[in-house]
Amino acid sequence: MLKIGVLALQGAVREHVNCLHAPDVEVKIVKRVEELEKIDGLVFPGGESTTMRRLVNKYGFFEPLRQFSEAGKPIFGTCAGLILMAEDIKGETQSHLQLMDMEVQRNAFGRQRESFETKISVKDVGEDVEAVFIRAPLITGVGKEVEILSEFEGEIVAARQNHLLACSFHPELTEDARFHQYFVQMVRESKEAAADSMALT
Amino acid sequence: MADRGTDRVKRGMAEMQKGGVIMDVVNAEQAKIAEEAGAVAVMALERVPADIRAAGGVARMADPTIVEEVMSAVSIPVMAKARIGHIVEARVLEALGADYIDESEVLTPADEVYHLDKSEYTVPFVCGARDLGEALRRVGEGASMLRTKGEPGTGNIVEAVRHMRMVQSQVKKVTGLSKDELMTEAKNLGAPYELLLEIKENGRLPVVNFAAGGVATPSDAALMMQLGADGVFVGSGIFKSDQPDKFARAIVEATTHYEDYELIGRLSKGLGTAMKGMEISNLEPSERMQDRGW
Repeated sequence: MLKIGVLALQGAVREHVNCLHAPDVEVKIVKRVEELEKIDGLVFPGGESTTMRRLVNKYGFFEPLRQFSEAGKPIFGTCAGLILMAEDIKGETQSHLQLMDMEVQRNAFGRQRESFETKISVKDVGEDVEAVFIRAPLITGVGKEVEILSEFEGEIVAARQNHLLACSFHPELTEDARFHQYFVQMVRESKEAAADSMALT
Repeated sequence: MADRGTDRVKRGMAEMQKGGVIMDVVNAEQAKIAEEAGAVAVMALERVPADIRAAGGVARMADPTIVEEVMSAVSIPVMAKARIGHIVEARVLEALGADYIDESEVLTPADEVYHLDKSEYTVPFVCGARDLGEALRRVGEGASMLRTKGEPGTGNIVEAVRHMRMVQSQVKKVTGLSKDELMTEAKNLGAPYELLLEIKENGRLPVVNFAAGGVATPSDAALMMQLGADGVFVGSGIFKSDQPDKFARAIVEATTHYEDYELIGRLSKGLGTAMKGMEISNLEPSERMQDRGW
């Protein structure tokens, strides 16, 4: 069984759990650092990034999460999760986990009244993917290693860097589970690759 | 095509607040303390409920200057309160850019018969409820988030507990009813049939339900989470305590780890005095905010 965790410090956790379902997947709620050891991939849910960051520090998740990523285990961040992963936050001196080589801008579309939903095309995931943008951030710049998966009105809204996946919208608020299933496949491949390298050594 | 103000966009905003604490603030300085402590949103007010009680008279929407000041001070969402049924206060707050509007019994109602048609607005609304019927009437009008009414500004958790237990037990009951019993239940509760059907199918409320109205300590917050709240509003509890920043942090952590009693014990040490509480039975009927709205 693949074990995929959802970081449950704050935010929309249950919605992710529903979208990750697959016959070979067991979803785990992660509230404590030691629970990271038992999982093959992790989702950073949407929520309030400032709140999540404070709780990440408070419960000693900062280094363990960076190590989780360094070990090559897949991570998928949506909205606030994307902000946690970014190398830089536009206009701010301090960013968070700095896992992914990209610059992001908070609340890039404005306040809640500017929030919206739409359908977008996502490379390797599909056409007309339902996307709900809530006080959403944008990816304003990416490094060489980062592949752009989707753009909306010329702005980057989804990207991948090897084992790291991020989007500025909320696929978990829709019935459309394709984006999550793309991530589940990333976790499958990562686990198989890890098993192969174990077999070689 | 980008669609604004859809149910998914409005309800989704509340989903992102789950597991968090929303704090009442009256100025930019308090808003920053709340954000720093890990609040998921702030409610911008002219006075916290305890002071509204003390001041008496008519309580109205806050001065827009306060709402704007708070919005420019923090990056987390900013909510604001409008009087029940006050169409113009709500439209003004929407125009100002408030991220969420609380159609609130803490303010003096503008209309004793009709609540706002909240489905007409782009901005989402949160409303208070004492039971499932009231909760679903508000959702029927377009509320995207619910909270218990409790008894605001008292620092006494008993009413919030009563309202949360009531809603939870009614949700459980509806989940267990057969479909042919639903219409009678809808009649008894005074709730829209379609929403009861949705509860029966999904086993839960159609929108997020926070606790509010009397949360004064970390243990109070954790208690409400155990009773099934999706998150917690703290009104007077923080800035009426001795050490607001410490109190705020402790309440945020207790809400996240509401089943970790050792932690809550540690968090509760040396917090100083909580806000002074009030016994509900000593309130005059006219002082009971929860009885405003229907």
